[in-house]
Amino acid sequence: MSIEILMPALSPTMEEGTLAKWLVQIGDPIKAGDVIAEIETDKATMEVETIDDGVVEAILIEAGTQNVKVNTPIARISGEDVQSKLPPKTLTPASPVVAEPAASATPAPVHLAASHQSDYPVGTPMVKVTVRDALRDAMAEEMRRDPDVFLMGEEVGQYQGAYKVSRGLLEEFGERRVIDTPITEHGFAGMGVGAAMAGLKPIVEFMTMNFAMQAIDHIINSAAKVHYMSGGQISAPIVFRGPNGAASRVGAQHSQDYSSWYANVPGLKVIAPYDAADAKGLLKSAIRDPNPVVFLEHELLYGIEYEVPEGDEWLVPIGKAKVRRQGTDLTITAHSRMVGFALQAAEELALLGISAEVVDLRTLRPLDTETIIASVKKTNRLVTAEEGWGPMGVGAEVVACVVDVAFDYLDAPPLRVHQKDTPLAYAANLEKLSLPNVADIVAAARAVTNR
Amino acid sequence: MAMKKSTTPASKALANRISRDEALAYYRDMLLIRRFEERAGQLYGMGLIAGFCHLYIGQEAVVVGMQGAQKPGDQVITGYRDHGHMLACGMSPREIMAELTGRIGGSSRGKGGSMHMFSKEANFFGGHGIVGAQVALGTGLALANRYRGNEAVSVAYFGDGAANQGQVYESFNMASLWKLPVVYVVENNQYAMGTSVARASAETELYKRGISFEILGEEVDGMDVLAVKEAAARALDHARSGQGPFLLEMKTYRYRGHSMSDPAKYRPKDEPKHVRDTRDPIEHLRLYGLEIGLFSEDDLKSIDRDVKEIVADAADFAQTSPEPDPSELMRHIYVEA
Repeated sequence: MSIEILMPALSPTMEEGTLAKWLVQIGDPIKAGDVIAEIETDKATMEVETIDDGVVEAILIEAGTQNVKVNTPIARISGEDVQSKLPPKTLTPASPVVAEPAASATPAPVHLAASHQSDYPVGTPMVKVTVRDALRDAMAEEMRRDPDVFLMGEEVGQYQGAYKVSRGLLEEFGERRVIDTPITEHGFAGMGVGAAMAGLKPIVEFMTMNFAMQAIDHIINSAAKVHYMSGGQISAPIVFRGPNGAASRVGAQHSQDYSSWYANVPGLKVIAPYDAADAKGLLKSAIRDPNPVVFLEHELLYGIEYEVPEGDEWLVPIGKAKVRRQGTDLTITAHSRMVGFALQAAEELALLGISAEVVDLRTLRPLDTETIIASVKKTNRLVTAEEGWGPMGVGAEVVACVVDVAFDYLDAPPLRVHQKDTPLAYAANLEKLSLPNVADIVAAARAVTNR
Repeated sequence: MAMKKSTTPASKALANRISRDEALAYYRDMLLIRRFEERAGQLYGMGLIAGFCHLYIGQEAVVVGMQGAQKPGDQVITGYRDHGHMLACGMSPREIMAELTGRIGGSSRGKGGSMHMFSKEANFFGGHGIVGAQVALGTGLALANRYRGNEAVSVAYFGDGAANQGQVYESFNMASLWKLPVVYVVENNQYAMGTSVARASAETELYKRGISFEILGEEVDGMDVLAVKEAAARALDHARSGQGPFLLEMKTYRYRGHSMSDPAKYRPKDEPKHVRDTRDPIEHLRLYGLEIGLFSEDDLKSIDRDVKEIVADAADFAQTSPEPDPSELMRHIYVEA
């Protein structure tokens, strides 16, 4: 009987890939363990092994086909007559897959309403760049500009970055400035801060911000406090960056959003960009900033393309929020990946006749309360959206700021959208239940507007 | 690899180990630390210094001997028992004492306190209150030296207590892997707060703690300033010449409690007195110098007088310098771009 071979997922977040090459032809006998094809994502090429014995009957997807969805049948083999009752078998990647997301589960970027606030003049030449490459370009440009800037972290050099953010940097800048560290977050974060105290400008990459908890003492006790404790004599011009928040199905210890943790600390600046233009412009500003900056990226945004102004002097100021969509009925604040959700929610709300203004916080410390307050004064209603837990969270802070300054402008109690108050579950359904989504934002918006 | 206990011959046999000027300078620096710390203890008792205050009395030979072998440009970083290190680095006694009293004339404008002082000018990078943090930071200073291709060596001090912190070994690993110019100095004063080395450490010979990282280690009599200086010279040369880190274990002793609030009941009552009577670093150098005719009682008396004056002046300054203006509260949180 025939067995369908399906397009495998190479990582928790991969949705599609390129079938680069077939290593077998119709009629070839194959045995379990044979490499039969190569699959590419924008980050990696993987060999694919069969787990079945048989003969290749049909090749359903031609070599070179791009955007092949995971679980699409790609070939059929005639199997031996010992079949299990399980559904069709898929192939397994030949080598172990580390966290290697490629495309993402994030909804397609929403095209912004023409009325959104722009950081660049109309007519600025734009290029399409993924968030991943925008971050890389930011680092490369700043490293070209300033010889004191260097990158250190796990797998940033030879491996080109666990998430391929540092792709190409080792080739351009060499081992002196692109430093592969052992798996030793506490140690290398402390060394980064020491080098910064000596006047260099390190970029410390954490494979994910979850691992930065091993190093958080140096981020807070060493980097954030040294300027104050030294009466202004010593400073730590350093950037700590890496993916923050939930990826996809990686469980509780790899999925935490640390926004409110770092944003609680005086002495740090904390940035959490959404699109590629902000990722690039804010990372460049962070590298140039004389203070320690925690730069929170999002794995599920890395693979998404957005327009970025051309050239190497594209800077976005730290501490400035951005009104991404103008509206009159309520204000939705969000940062990082939740901005995309908020924009989608605004589209849905528009269909219901509710006009939502979306404020992308971009920087969490210092928080641009001016822009938030101005928006609430106009709309009189507020929903905050964040991926992390609610208690003591970013939304709580935004609400407190608004209540402090613009209480009389509020026509309804503000509502917060956030993750459920639980470690993130692995099971697909529970994970989905835990994380905030577009529908949650829509529901909160309808509640505060009574519609 | 060479792991050794130092075999420094008895001082008597070493009439040519040190010049008169050097000997007097060491005597002065150690005495300054001693008298400074005694005065700090006194001011603490008077309520003028608050919080945590860890005195360096008894350990003076370590930092003075190390400093004697360093070159301009070398950096120093340590933990919270840091007053001696700052004095040895050449920071002004006034600004250190005024920091202890929390006044605007303090080296951190009164905002750091005993455990958090720094001086860019003196290449002193703190003054860190988190046990062991300075080891990773100090290794980062060495990384900066390597990056810049300069000749400087970073000297990172830590105590026998910090020697059990994980980040110390993370740092050892990278320093050795990348051959960074850093000298690690364990000041083994035998008690991590109230816990003796034997009660806290599976391997009590701390100079061996670098073995699995291929880091050379040497045990040194930290009560003998000449032994310290000679070991320091070897270690610094090693690091400066590109051979990577070196670990010195200084066997030393603190006479006072861990901090001002520690009555030190965990050690035999007569132990401090015994050490003071038999191994005191200042007395040791004094007797040695007098015996071989390096200096006279009169030379020392004149230094005693000078030191007394410097310390009295520092104490006066620390009491008369005003408290920081309230506007200082919100300054220096961020570097103004």
